[in-house]
Amino acid sequence: MDGVIYMAYLLAAVLFILSLKGLSNHESAKLGNYYGMAGMAIAVLATISSDAVTAYVMLIIAVGVGSYIGVQKAKSVEMTEMPQLVALLHSFVGMAAILISWAGYISPAAHELTGAEQTIHLVEIYLGIFIGAVTFTGSLIAWGKLNGKISGKPLTLPFRHGLNAGAIIISLWMMTYFASNPHTGLSTFMLLVMTVIALALGLHLVAAIGGADMPVVVSMLNSYSGWAAAATGFMLGNDLLIVVGALVGSSGAILSYIMCRGMNRSFISVIMGGFGTDGSSGGSADAGEQGDAVEASADDVADELSNAKSVIIVPGFGMAVAKAQQVVKEMTENLQKKGCNVRFGIHPVAGRLPGHMNVLLAEADVPYDIVLEMDEINDDFPETDMVLVIGANDTVNPDAMERPDSPIAGMPVLKVWEAKQVIVLKRSLASGYAGVENPLFFKDNTRMLFGDAKESIQSVLKSL
Amino acid sequence: MKIVIPEEVVPQEQRVAASPASVVKLKELGFDVCVQAGAGQQASFTDQLYQEAGAEIVGDTTELYANADCVLKVNGPTAEEVELLKEGSILIGFLWPAQNPELLQKLAEKKINVLAMDSVPRISRAQKMDALSTMANIGGYRAVVEAAHQFGRFLTGQITAAGKVPPAKVLVIGAGVAGLAAIGTAKSMGAIVRAFDTRMEVKEQVESMGGEFLTVDITEDGAGSGGYAKEMSKEFIEAEMALFREQAKEVDIVITTALIPGKPAPKLWQADAVRNMKEGSVVVDMAAEQGGNCELTVPGELAVKEGVTIIGYTNLPARLPGQASTLYAQNLVHLLAEMTPEKNGQPEIDMENEAIRGATVTKDGEITWPPPAPKLSVAKPEQPKTATPPPAPKEEKKPRGVGAIVGFWIVAGILLYGLGKYSPPSFLSHFMVFVLAVFVGWQVIWNVSHSLHTPLMSVTNAISGIVIVGALLQISSGSLLISVLAFVSILLSSINIVGGFMVTRRMLAMFRR
Repeated sequence: MDGVIYMAYLLAAVLFILSLKGLSNHESAKLGNYYGMAGMAIAVLATISSDAVTAYVMLIIAVGVGSYIGVQKAKSVEMTEMPQLVALLHSFVGMAAILISWAGYISPAAHELTGAEQTIHLVEIYLGIFIGAVTFTGSLIAWGKLNGKISGKPLTLPFRHGLNAGAIIISLWMMTYFASNPHTGLSTFMLLVMTVIALALGLHLVAAIGGADMPVVVSMLNSYSGWAAAATGFMLGNDLLIVVGALVGSSGAILSYIMCRGMNRSFISVIMGGFGTDGSSGGSADAGEQGDAVEASADDVADELSNAKSVIIVPGFGMAVAKAQQVVKEMTENLQKKGCNVRFGIHPVAGRLPGHMNVLLAEADVPYDIVLEMDEINDDFPETDMVLVIGANDTVNPDAMERPDSPIAGMPVLKVWEAKQVIVLKRSLASGYAGVENPLFFKDNTRMLFGDAKESIQSVLKSL
Repeated sequence: MKIVIPEEVVPQEQRVAASPASVVKLKELGFDVCVQAGAGQQASFTDQLYQEAGAEIVGDTTELYANADCVLKVNGPTAEEVELLKEGSILIGFLWPAQNPELLQKLAEKKINVLAMDSVPRISRAQKMDALSTMANIGGYRAVVEAAHQFGRFLTGQITAAGKVPPAKVLVIGAGVAGLAAIGTAKSMGAIVRAFDTRMEVKEQVESMGGEFLTVDITEDGAGSGGYAKEMSKEFIEAEMALFREQAKEVDIVITTALIPGKPAPKLWQADAVRNMKEGSVVVDMAAEQGGNCELTVPGELAVKEGVTIIGYTNLPARLPGQASTLYAQNLVHLLAEMTPEKNGQPEIDMENEAIRGATVTKDGEITWPPPAPKLSVAKPEQPKTATPPPAPKEEKKPRGVGAIVGFWIVAGILLYGLGKYSPPSFLSHFMVFVLAVFVGWQVIWNVSHSLHTPLMSVTNAISGIVIVGALLQISSGSLLISVLAFVSILLSSINIVGGFMVTRRMLAMFRR
């Protein structure tokens, strides 16, 4: 490879690292994004300038069409739909990895290698396709679930762990044959079969995971898409792809870890899926006698809000569903004008994407310095006059701390019940995603405001 | 059901068992409330205030008691009051059942259901009705105020034009609720505060109030049950006395609050300690009612001995009648709310409820005191913190054994050796880049703030579109199939790159301070 191009790749890799580093705080995040764009531009231009690239017409058409679609999508997407978009983009990386690896397999250059180099090359192709395929279908299913096109309920086939294990074992076994018998008809066939198995595996893996575990799944697929890119990098002997793949891969892995910690669940148990379907009923059964939830009217809530000196708003997925962020913002401003200290408390796994709530609130123009993380705000609840829980459930369930036999025991939660008064905005008394009763609703200092979050807040706003 | 609040008849008692605010809350619980005329006069609650809160005012004592289903009092009833109580009614107040067995017997015979506010168990759940803590808090505050009143100098240090004033030194013995309140008050008045307690667990609490925690050289933890202290060994007490004799030479004000349940107060501040104190120093003995911590205390009186003013008032909380009544009335409301979950004005004495069980000393003619031991002590869980490190977190924190670490690296080494032995060098250089990049990614991503996780995902989405480079290199291969595959890949990755970066930009533009 040309030395200049290689250096251009180095520069691009450095820019990508700086780009991720820039995201460590809000001030540098925008600059970080520009670093990323610059890195990408350098990488693409350097590659195009190399002697190996001649089909400019096709190239320009492909880039042009792709960019156009990308711009349209980026402009039109609603912030509540970010999880879907992210999942969809993951699937594109997965698909691209499959195609590139297949093309690499067909390419005559692959036939020139011998011995260990050839074996490794074939393994790289094989893994590239495998990871790419799992990412592709997995992301598509995640996209469908987030969209509501596919039921959010976990799909639990009998022997599902066995099916997954079987698929992986067969794929591994075929890999040994494939790698040691280069380019025979049977090995090509096996590559095809493996592609199909991997596609099915991705589909089944994600289908088995419930809707509210999606923050973990999306970050996991983020990680996979990175590994897929790294695998194609190995196949093509391209260090830039390897570096970027590794960066993205570890980034997704860390996000998955943070999300799992937020739910106090192990990564394995999340990707094994099926949560909320087994073993969790025991915890709620004997907790049935909870007492009555007391309903409040929008007028009552408005009344109490106008007397409160400090308010913490705890949003959850329900706020995203109702697209209530704008009215929440209006209410926040209204209260602030009355001299009330309004803040937001965000649980790490609130919403369907890591940091989802922050983006929604940012879209509604809520300043980010009043949007706090769980650890920052959890000790402030006892001094708070009022907490508004908007469409959150499991993340504010006191059982997680108080009942060791609860299925969500040990999960860190926002201790909203320590506040003087809690208002829960919710459509019904139904239990949350984890299938556990929430005793918060029955506490003495809790009032329920039933209905669509957006409409409820609008009527509260009117009475304020 | 009618709740009645009579005027307190004990001399020097200025408190009352209801405030206008508590009357409102009692009415919300479904009760009718009747207050004796002038009951709140000394606590600055006029009859008119009670009336505005919805209470009925009755002047005549006999008439008042005749309708009473439930009587709220501060002090235990006198013999005359016992006579007036209706059979089967509820009486709530400070009873001190251990000290007053005959009174208890009489009440039980009259089939009066008595809840003693001093017997509310010290469990976390019952804290809101813990009137002893309420009174101890007020008493601790008042003790410092009384001491400051008798002490002929400033508590705070000052540098004035006339010269320098050193701050007073205050020693608080016994860091329970009263002791901690005294520490906080003395500290806020500018004094240097030291505190001593046999229970090591309170060290942090003392320090959090701004006090300095004194210790003796003998290690023995004095934590008993129910948040109180137990009696200590002889050696410990000797060391303690020696410490006090030394401190006596330095400190200006001593406030003693040491109590052991069911026993007379320990004599901690002995006559020779008083002699060691400077002329004009002050001792406030908050344990005077139980005989006093200071040998020279005269319970209920202010005495000057050896040039030291010794305050033995037994009614310190009652000296802040407004505050004490307000908070005590709140405690009563909490207790009644616990007894009346339906808010229908029909209280029930639920013997399954640990808090109510503890407070109930007579029920249906039976004496139900002492209650079975409470299951949990307030302070007990904290105790191991100082005595021995808590075992559970220790296990968690315990690093994996050295064997596991060595094993991990040996396995890693073998794998690397195998890889190096059989792989071509071109692969190895890529592999090196890969592993190092993983570490770089790991380090960089941990710094990303939680609120930026969504932009992080979309940026990583965009940059994972870097696979476009692979496709770019393939598109010109000449083979139609490869070109088509590459074409589609380029198209997909372009969507990723452009879409990812654009949407990130859009999101980041929204974040504002």
